[in-house]
Amino acid sequence: DEDTGVATCGAGVVLADLDAFLRDKGFCAPLDLGAAGTCTVGGNLATNAGGVRFVRYGSLRGATVGVEFVTADGTVIDCAGTPLRKDNTGYALPQLLVGSEGTLGVITKVALAVPAAPSSVGVAWLACDDFGAVRRTLRLARTHLGEVLSAIEFLDLPARDAALRAQPDLSDPVEGGSFRVLVEVAGSDAAHDDEKLNRFLEASAEAGAVLDGVVAASTTKARELWRVREGVSDAMSNAGFVFKYDVSLPPARLYDLVDEARARLAGFELDVAGYGHVGDSNLHLNVCDATGYNADVHETLEP
Amino acid sequence: MRKVLVGVKRVVDYAVRVRVSADKSGVELANTKMSMNPFCEIAVEEAIRLKEKGAAEEVVAVSIGPKQAQETLRSALAMGCDRAIHVQTDIRSDQGLNPLAIAQLLEKVVEKESPDLVIVGKQSIDGDHATTAPMLAELLGWSQATFAARLDVAADGASAEVERETDAGTEVVKLPLPAVISADLRLNTPRYPKLPNIMKAKKKPLEALEAADLGVDLAPTLVVTGVAPPPDRAAGVTVESVDDLVDKLKNEAAVI
Repeated sequence: DEDTGVATCGAGVVLADLDAFLRDKGFCAPLDLGAAGTCTVGGNLATNAGGVRFVRYGSLRGATVGVEFVTADGTVIDCAGTPLRKDNTGYALPQLLVGSEGTLGVITKVALAVPAAPSSVGVAWLACDDFGAVRRTLRLARTHLGEVLSAIEFLDLPARDAALRAQPDLSDPVEGGSFRVLVEVAGSDAAHDDEKLNRFLEASAEAGAVLDGVVAASTTKARELWRVREGVSDAMSNAGFVFKYDVSLPPARLYDLVDEARARLAGFELDVAGYGHVGDSNLHLNVCDATGYNADVHETLEP
Repeated sequence: MRKVLVGVKRVVDYAVRVRVSADKSGVELANTKMSMNPFCEIAVEEAIRLKEKGAAEEVVAVSIGPKQAQETLRSALAMGCDRAIHVQTDIRSDQGLNPLAIAQLLEKVVEKESPDLVIVGKQSIDGDHATTAPMLAELLGWSQATFAARLDVAADGASAEVERETDAGTEVVKLPLPAVISADLRLNTPRYPKLPNIMKAKKKPLEALEAADLGVDLAPTLVVTGVAPPPDRAAGVTVESVDDLVDKLKNEAAVI
């Protein structure tokens, strides 16, 4: 419904397909993740998937306007019939289903509030000295980019290296520092957004938060930068046996978990990488053992 | 060489799925992401590399287009060009502004700037004419090497050697300078503009000229009468047997 901006679809629709359909009409999906080409919208809801645009569009609990689901005894409960943007009648059943992981029912239909597709997207790739600098960059991004900030992701060097090893056609266009930060802005006015991005970059450089940085001038180059960030997960998975942890931590301690893990695993030969949605205080910790599963490593990680 | 002039064009971003406007007169540009033409990016990169190697002293970027072409010029400055020239015109280059007019406008800029080398992209991804470089060379009476995959300028700056793409492979040509070169895909991989250069770019000189003032007839000799999207692909058909496949290849696809 192009007036309300609500998209209704079957739960089995693949996220990337929904996004493509919406873009034809000037809208886009309110979330994006690496698995967009294979994951289903119903699955996204059932797991309350976050993704890389959470910092802009928020949680699926906010975007979900209606849900149709089937309970264990076969009852079909339809809260997606006439999807209204505002509906305060009764309890928010759709919101209860989001993140319920199939424990309350199987989601069969979804109604989502979808945003207008931005016509201009800009990506910057930055090198930061330490995690404190990453946090300062995040604060500067919020201050200077505000409503046009659409993604802010960080990677440590092991994560970056894994992604580059798996995608040899890519390279890191910046040097120095222990972290990489990807900042994306999206809006309806390219000149306005570029101006904001440039002011943010100037402020970050002056504040010493950023050592080096580049800006992607075209969508093609922007996608190359995203491929580094999005390639980390698969790269780690394919390099051996990997322990993956998806955790939310207070921002000041976000990277501490990675340092602690590295310290405790010092006796083993492992690839420990930390990366994730720094704007959501969400860390992905990946520990990869090229030799395969090792019970001692497992025990050390999860005593 | 003292000066290299690089032509850059603002076009619909390469990754954008273009739409035909409602009246079918052209491609819908409103609300569409625009970027520097990919081959122009390669041209800029090559010019900057020449400067970094010490083969050129100054790189000047020029663009012909509306006010927003200045953003494209700023990108070129951010990559490392020293100066930029904006030839202002609101005539759309994918519609009324023809390659011949563009070549003639560039000729005027060349007369003004006296560069030793002009590098442009081999073609733009909106018009795909690939005629601007050869026409410019002809108007100037200069040598040309198009579809360049490798460029080497002689130490004395009097000549250049270019390996150019052909349908059968490549050929190497040697040409005296000044010359016009058009850049092809394999010439180089353009750099990302770096932070310090993006900041510096704002202060670099950008001169604006009016296309109408340059004494070139901008009236189109080519007119776009209509634009339509390609026909939708028909669904595929599964054949039941090899005989069926042969029959279809012979009688429907007419390929055997």
